[in-house]
This record gives sequence, C-alpha cells and structure tokens, in this order.
Amino acid sequence: MMPKEFTPIIRLLLVDDEVEFTSIMVKRLGRRNIVATTANNGDQALLLLDKNTYDVAVLDLKMEGMDGLEVLKMFKLKAPDLPVIMLTGHGSQLAAEEGFAHGAFDYLSKPYDIEGLTQIIRKAVFGGREQHE
Amino acid sequence: MGNNPPDRLEYYASLKRNIFIAVVIVSMIPLIVFGSITRYEFHTSYAEKVRAHLSIMVKKHAQNIDTFLKERQANIVSLASSYPYEQLADNAFLAQQLTRFQKTYGPVITDLGIINEKGEQISYAGPFQLKDANYAESEWLKQAMASDVYTSDVFMGLRRLPHFIVAVRSLKNGTPWLLRATIDFMAFNELVQNIHIGKTGFAFIINKKIEMQTDSTRSVEKNLFRDAELFHPDKTGTDIMNEPLFQTRTSDSGKEIIYVARLLKNGEWALVFQQDHLDAYSELYRAREVSLLTLVLGGIAIVLMAAWVSRHTTIKIAKADQEKEIMNRQVIQSGHLASIGMLAAGIAHEINNPVAIMVEEAGWIEDLLEDEDFKESENLNEFKRALGQIRKQGIRCRNITHKMLNFSRHSDHRVQLFNLNELIREITNLSSQHAKYSNVTIELNLTEPLSSIKASQTEMEQVIFNLLNNAIDAIDKKEGGKVRIHTWQDDSMIHFEVQDTGSGISEANLKRIFDPFFSTKPTGQGTGLGLSICYGIVQKMNGQIVVESTLEKGSRFEISLPAAESPEETETKTTKTTGSMTS
Repeated sequence: MMPKEFTPIIRLLLVDDEVEFTSIMVKRLGRRNIVATTANNGDQALLLLDKNTYDVAVLDLKMEGMDGLEVLKMFKLKAPDLPVIMLTGHGSQLAAEEGFAHGAFDYLSKPYDIEGLTQIIRKAVFGGREQHE
Repeated sequence: MGNNPPDRLEYYASLKRNIFIAVVIVSMIPLIVFGSITRYEFHTSYAEKVRAHLSIMVKKHAQNIDTFLKERQANIVSLASSYPYEQLADNAFLAQQLTRFQKTYGPVITDLGIINEKGEQISYAGPFQLKDANYAESEWLKQAMASDVYTSDVFMGLRRLPHFIVAVRSLKNGTPWLLRATIDFMAFNELVQNIHIGKTGFAFIINKKIEMQTDSTRSVEKNLFRDAELFHPDKTGTDIMNEPLFQTRTSDSGKEIIYVARLLKNGEWALVFQQDHLDAYSELYRAREVSLLTLVLGGIAIVLMAAWVSRHTTIKIAKADQEKEIMNRQVIQSGHLASIGMLAAGIAHEINNPVAIMVEEAGWIEDLLEDEDFKESENLNEFKRALGQIRKQGIRCRNITHKMLNFSRHSDHRVQLFNLNELIREITNLSSQHAKYSNVTIELNLTEPLSSIKASQTEMEQVIFNLLNNAIDAIDKKEGGKVRIHTWQDDSMIHFEVQDTGSGISEANLKRIFDPFFSTKPTGQGTGLGLSICYGIVQKMNGQIVVESTLEKGSRFEISLPAAESPEETETKTTKTTGSMTS
C-alpha cells in the first residue's frame, strides 16, 4: 500500500449502476487519497462531467440504460484527455478491446484487487511507471 | 462405433430382406419372361419343323412305295397284254420272261404263274415247286378274278413264307385267266426298312385289318391303331391320301409315341412311321434342359448377387446411419455446450458484481483494521485471516466465472503465429509457485527449433495451463512427484506432452474426462470444465488429444497440432495482462 501522506489527491468519477458497489468504493478509494464522485447511470455521469473536472474516470461496461461503451464515446467527445478505466463483470477481452478501440486507458475485470485499481488509476493520472503485480 | 440397438438391427434385417427381394424380383422377371418366350418360340418352331420333316419324309416314301407297286402292276399288265395265253402257259417262256424281269428290275419279282379260272396253276416260273398248285380255295383268287388288276395283302400262302402278289386278269374266249407275280418280300421290305430316324424312328406298312404288311424288328404299338381313324379319312377330315396324318398317342406302357401315316394302294394300306416322342423331340428336350440349366444357374447367380448386394448396401447404409448419428450427437452435444456456455456467461455476469461488492466490503474492513483503534484488538489476526479468506474465495469465484466465460468462447479467438515452447516456458513460470507448494518438480524437455503454431494464443494458454494444473493436482502433496513437459516435431505435426507421476485415472473416469462438468477433484476445487475446454480448443485447431493413464503410476496427455507453414514468422504478441491480482 502506498503511503497516504505522499500521494496527491486524485479526482475520480466512478460510474456504475450498483449503488452498493459505488458507495463502498468511495470509502475505500477515499482512504487512498482518491476522491470519487459516483454516478449510477450514463446521463448522471455526463451531467457531472459537464459541471466538474476529473483527473480520471472508472466506467462499468455493463449498465442499465446507457451502455458503458456509449458513455465512453460521449466522455471522449466531451473530455478527450480524460483517461477512462473500464470495468467489466466478465473476463471478455473482446469487450475490453472494443473499449481500447474507443480510447479507454485500460480495463479491469470484477472482482478486482483495490491495490491493482489504485495503481492503474495513478498510472492513468501521472503516467507513472509503477508496475502492477 | 457404437452398437446398433435391437430395433435398428431389425430394421437393417428387413431392409436387407427387402433389397434382396427387390433385386431378385427385378432380375428374375426378365430372365423368366425372356426364357419362357424363347422356350415357347423354340418349342413351337421346332415341333413344327419335326412335324413337317416327318410328314414330308412319310409322304415321299409313301409315294415311292405307291410308284413301286404301280410299276410292278404295269410290268405284269404289259406282260399279260403283250403275249397270248398259249405262249404264257409255256413254262419255258414264262421262265424266260422272269429272267428278263429280274435282269431289268433286280430280284423284285420272285416268280410268275398263269392260273386258269378254276384256280389251277397252268405254268410256273420261280424257285418254288408250285407247278401244279391249286388256288381254288384261296381268298385272293376270288378277289383277283373280280378285278382287272389286283394286289394282295401279305400272306403266307402255300409256300409258308410271307409274300404278296400282283395279279392281272385277262380273258381268253370269254374265260378269265390270271397272270400272277409274287413280289419279293425282302425287296419290298427294304423300301420301308431303310427308313430310320433317331433311335426309335422306324416305318412299317399295315392293312385295313391292322395287319403288318412289312417285317419289323421293332415293336409296333399296334393297339394304337385299334380305333384308328387312319382308314376312315372322313373321321379326321384330312386327306390322308395326300397329306400324312400326324398324331401323338400314349401307349399302354405310358410312353408317348408319335406316328405319321399316309395311305397307300388306294387306301388299302398305310405307311406308318412310328417314333418315341422323346426321341423325335430329343433336341427339343435337350434344348429345354439347357435352357432350364441356364435358368437355374442364372437364378442362383441372381440370388447370390442379390444376397451380396443387399448385404453390402445394408452395411453401407448402417455405416452411413451410424456416422450420421454420431454427427447428430456431436451437433446436439455442441448445442448443449453452447447453451451451457450461454447460461454460464449469464451467471458469470450476474455473479461477479455481488462478489465484487463482497470483496470490496471485506477490503473495507481490512482498511479499517489498519487504523490505530484496532491495533490492540485481541482477535486482530483472526479478523485479518477471515477477511483474507473472504477475498481469496472471491477470487476463486472470479476464476470460476472466468472459466465459465471462456467455456462459452468469449475469449480471444484471434488466430496468430506463436512459438509453443515460449508459451510453455511462460506458463510453467506462472505455475512454479503452485508446483513448489505441491512438492512437484517440473521438467522441461523442449525441442528446439520448433515450428510455429497458428492458433489463438489465449486458447493455447488455457490448454497448457489446464494440463499443467491437472498434472500438478494429480500428485500427492506429501509424496511429491514430477511433471514432464516434452515437445517435439515430426513432419507437419507438433507434439506436446504432459506426463505426471500422479494418481492416474481409472478406466471408467478416463472415458468421461472430456465431458463438461466432470471432475474428480473434491467439490469446490474443480469446475469440471478444464479438459472439456481443452478438448474443444484442440479440436478447433485440427489437432488431436490423446490420454493414457495407469492408476497409481500417472497420466500422459499428448496433444498433436498441425505446424504453421512459416515457422520463422513467429509474431510475438503482447497481451495486456492488466487486472492481475495479488495473491
């Protein structure tokens, strides 16, 4: 685990339709100096993106209403420089590759390890050379 | 190939029977029809030929005999009219005339005699002592006196020998006298005795009383003529004087006999030709036998052919059916697998989210345990252990769902060239921890250089990983063991072998190891999908997977894959391997 005191605060937009999941993630990421704002659907996420600035976004691929990939496309239109990490409920590389094709930074399959996620987030924000285990 | 169930066997038996019957009928009908027509035509024309031949022959001979008789009559008539009675009554002159006749016509006329109205023989020339014979009581004399020219039936007469006579009546001063000539019986006999056809065909002459007029060494079925219409042409309606009568009769002995007859001597005699039916139609019967033999042999050939064809066809159909059934089963199986895959994919999607929440919640408690307040807690280690376990089980859930997803082929299907040895090295590295923990040494025997393989690398990874994990898991942790991985190449095939010194697989299980969800591992440790996936992948790569196993000695899995054509063009693939987990 990274020592908290040396890590700058990262503003993160977490988009997932599972409220239980987003609420626990906010707590866990908060402990790792990552301030997460949550959106439970694509529309909400786009509204938030209009109002605020984020360093990174974590986006679930499978959501009710607007699909994760569609949200990704909209994100890339509104904020082309915003790194987006995709979350998938399954290990399908094909879906992930479609994400890459639309400019996703990386992808993770659920359930993942929090340390792995924070490493990728930091890498996305700072372009750090941390290696994931 | 599986055995056919009994109702199938019954079906094939009836199919075989039906083909057999169809072939026999289709082949036999033309054979029989053609054979029958030919036989009938041949029979008719041959019978006609025999009939015509015999009729002509009889007609000709009858004409000959008639001519012979007429000539003799003419001879005698001319002799009687050429010389006066007184001259003919002289024995010496008569003898002179006989000699002249015999010189001219051969020994046809045996003797000559002049007989007065009282039946006394006035003069005689011939070999018998009949000079003063008196024929007053003879039946023939009366008849001869009644007509100008008379030819008798054959009789024994005074000389006690069969003969017949030709007599000419002349008048001397109103008193009749006869010039009588005896026809040599032997010479006359020859006319008919020379008629021989086949083994049983012979001719004879009979008179109206059905008395033999010629000598015959053969048995004459005289009773056939008892009620003969022969001498009653009106009855038959045929002109027997011209056209011979042709009849087939059954003798008392049951023999079929044909006879051909024509009247002679103004209807007083008949020339009869007699022959056994069998003999007359011997060629016909022979031809019949030959055709029957041909028919029987043809029939046998057809039956044998039909048996062969029906057997052969049924075997082929059964084979085709079996292949079709296997294919159907495969289609059903793959359909099954596809639906299982879809179900698995659905479950995986749904399960991963709650599992993720569970893992995160556990993680959150772990995070909180880091805080000072809990450091002093008595059960801190127990908490940490429990949370670690929750996380570990969560990972297990993910692994299971990922396997299920892979099973449903949601993995990377891109086909590319890669080196199998490199992939094996990578995977054995990944598994080295697992192997160490399980007290297993991995031995690599990788043949270099090895041609590249053209396949989905992700899928190949899965295959190697599965086989390696299974091999490690088969080895008892306490005793330890070895896993040998060997690669080699022959011609166009690349072989990859994983051999372990583990527990082996029982024969019953060996049959089922590629079935989905079949696992020998304790419940919860294996999904039973690994080898089923491997099997599917290898099949898709046009490869083969072979298993050999001995209980308590270990198992050997050999996979053979076709080598790619260009071994050097190995494309090194860089996969994004993010999302790894700390364990």
